[in-house]
Amino acid sequence: MAVPTIVRERTPQLVVLAVILALNGIISPGFFSIEIQNDRLYGSLIDVLNRGAPVTLLAIGMTLVIATKGIDLSVGAVMAIVGAVAASLITSGYSLPATLAGSLFVGLACGVWNGALVALLDIQPIIATLILMVAGRGIAQLITEGVILTFNDKPELIFVGSGSFLNLPMPVIIWIIVAILAILVVRRSALGLLIEAIGVNRRASTLSGVNSRVILLAVYAASGLCSAIAGVIAAADIKGADANNAGLWLEMDAILAVVIGGTSLLGGRFSLVGSLMGAMIIQSLNTGILLAGFPPEFNLIIKAAIILIILIVQSPASQAAMANFRANRQTVAVKTESREHAAR
Amino acid sequence: MANAQPLLSVRGVSKAFLGVSALENVDFTLQAGEVHALLGENGAGKSTLIKIITGAYRRDEGEVLLEGVPIHPRDVVDAQKLGIGTVYQEVNLLTNLTVAENLFLGRQPKRFGLTDVREMNRRSRAILDTYGLHIDVTAPLANFSVAIQQVVAIARAVDISGKVLVLDEPTASLDAHEVEMLFAVVRQLRARGMGIIFISHFLDQVYEIADSITVLRNGRLIDTVPVAGLNRLKLVSMMLGRQLEADIKRTIDPTTAQSDPLVSLRGLGKRGNIDPLDLDIRQGEVVGIAGLLGSGRTETAQLVFGIERADSGTISVAGKPINMSSPRKAIAQGFAFCPEDRKTDGIVGDLSVRENIIFALQAQRGWMRPLSRSEQETLADRYIAALDIRTSDREKPIKFLSGGNQQKVLLARWLATNPRFLILDEPTRGIDVGAHAEIIRLIIDLCERGMALLVISSELGELVGYSSRIVVLRDRKMVSELTGEEISTDHIMKAIALHGASGEAA
Repeated sequence: MAVPTIVRERTPQLVVLAVILALNGIISPGFFSIEIQNDRLYGSLIDVLNRGAPVTLLAIGMTLVIATKGIDLSVGAVMAIVGAVAASLITSGYSLPATLAGSLFVGLACGVWNGALVALLDIQPIIATLILMVAGRGIAQLITEGVILTFNDKPELIFVGSGSFLNLPMPVIIWIIVAILAILVVRRSALGLLIEAIGVNRRASTLSGVNSRVILLAVYAASGLCSAIAGVIAAADIKGADANNAGLWLEMDAILAVVIGGTSLLGGRFSLVGSLMGAMIIQSLNTGILLAGFPPEFNLIIKAAIILIILIVQSPASQAAMANFRANRQTVAVKTESREHAAR
Repeated sequence: MANAQPLLSVRGVSKAFLGVSALENVDFTLQAGEVHALLGENGAGKSTLIKIITGAYRRDEGEVLLEGVPIHPRDVVDAQKLGIGTVYQEVNLLTNLTVAENLFLGRQPKRFGLTDVREMNRRSRAILDTYGLHIDVTAPLANFSVAIQQVVAIARAVDISGKVLVLDEPTASLDAHEVEMLFAVVRQLRARGMGIIFISHFLDQVYEIADSITVLRNGRLIDTVPVAGLNRLKLVSMMLGRQLEADIKRTIDPTTAQSDPLVSLRGLGKRGNIDPLDLDIRQGEVVGIAGLLGSGRTETAQLVFGIERADSGTISVAGKPINMSSPRKAIAQGFAFCPEDRKTDGIVGDLSVRENIIFALQAQRGWMRPLSRSEQETLADRYIAALDIRTSDREKPIKFLSGGNQQKVLLARWLATNPRFLILDEPTRGIDVGAHAEIIRLIIDLCERGMALLVISSELGELVGYSSRIVVLRDRKMVSELTGEEISTDHIMKAIALHGASGEAA
């Protein structure tokens, strides 16, 4: 039985995802039904893919940052900044390409700022990115001048958040393209190896000739860019920029997606596919809780409880227990086999 | 050793880590009213022995007696209660607290369940008075110099423990005047009848303060001798040992000495690290660097490889001056550097043997030009075979390999970049005998194929065996350059042991 490596390595995430989706199916019988209306796919599963776009995008950048033993707390705030930039550009009459280019540039600049603090000034990542996390919403409010900047009359930008292409919602298409690009760039070049090496041992990497500062700068820049794309989608989705609430707490969901996806916060080996699954697991949870119709005050508690269970299952202690269990079973199997051999 | 009963007596103590022996059947005796220096190079077993005495490690075999009673300290706190206190090089006190709080941390005098600050300050003043230290005990410790912090640390250790005091490189960050002040305190404690174990790399200080010396090497006891009348040269040879040098003596081609140097250092130095020095290294030449720990050996290598920036002097490669501001610059010149501390500076532990081997080459090519998987595997397999790297699998994480095999992987990492100048810092430390001989053979082989090498080693016999020239460092200064017939362990040890700048043997 030839199971592809990628499936074998991500078995725990696949199992969790399947279990949560199955539970959703039990809670809401129509969960798996998908239909086409107005040339666009509709259904709860599509909704998971669609609503999950921001966290998925954030998780892609976050994975690279965490692989270098860093963390980026500013991603939610960068979403708010970029949403504000996009809204103010489009309402000032700029074209869609100019608005998108300007928004992505601002996100990239935010990432470079974080990267410079971490790579050039050697500030601890958690503190360095905390600065923008705190300041970011203030910056976003300055841009929107304290109001929710709406753009109901700009269908071209709204299309990014709620349009569809090839029957799929635009956000889904965007995150899938970004994910494929990220995986190709990281794994088809030597970047993945160098990022992992810096995460494991930055000093040894630098002494071996790796340009650690540039690579650190690059991963934070990438994270800023991913946050920017997520910010544009979130703003386009609600047809406005809400400086206070856009991307609020999403940095936590993104970090969680990375951890659930199997990348250690200690840096080193990382898996973008794992993080994507982590993001989908989180979104399935969110959707499932909504569909179940619990009073909203329970949502966060239920989510926390389920995530706790996932993390306990993945914890080194239970992994060791599992490995022990498997090893025992294997010895038993080997013993029976050898006995069979002997019998023959 | 007239006392009937020694204060502290260690008998036949052994300790191994993961099957590697760190200490083998070591005896050590400390008398009351004695300052006993414990000497040895890195990895000699000094810190293992100290950690066993102070309860940080459990011994595998042997016994430790305090005033004739066998003790089994469970941990450092337990040892302190028994009477054994330790002061480390890095003062481990809390500099944001006051002097008095530091002295009484964890055992503050109480009044109605609260700390009696007045009583604590009064007792602190009384304690420090006995050391002739009249300072404001209510001021934060950080306000005082390292030397005074050191004395406070000693006062605390003595007040808690009071029988045996271990001083682990207490003078490493002190200036001459502060060392005197510290030694006055040590002499006073000796007069009070305490036993003091003194660890230092500075031989002058050992001669000044110690009554007797115990030398360890490779986890074994070499000897315990009184300081009075001990010849310095003999002491150095006890510390460094002598190996058979005839076995590996390399024949040196006299024509290489005339060729133009590949790398030349002129007045290269960095304050506090290494005084300015001149050195030429030619192709097909191994230049050895000898000296005790802390003599500036590693610091020199770090300047040459751009890890630290020199504040004086120049480095020229093939006649052209190079601004050696980072390892990348050095690597671009065809330099390679195997560091002394493999774990923190060398291996990338979680990555596989394959990835570690291709690592420097990949870093040099840049991220845009990845080596394909098959190229990586070919390279890895070639070096695993050529250097006989023992691993079950090229995909095994390097952290699971033995020290010798990790060192070979690091050599492979650099050889894969095809360097013209290779710097090796302690290439044979902490590796097994078989790998040891192979690495020496490799050094000779690389040199004969025209590479220029700079090798730092504490193994003098080894260094004598393969070096074309040997530079001797002492106290962060280059004190001698040995060539031709002068290259011998005797000459190296004389150069290290010599007092003052004259060229005569002690």
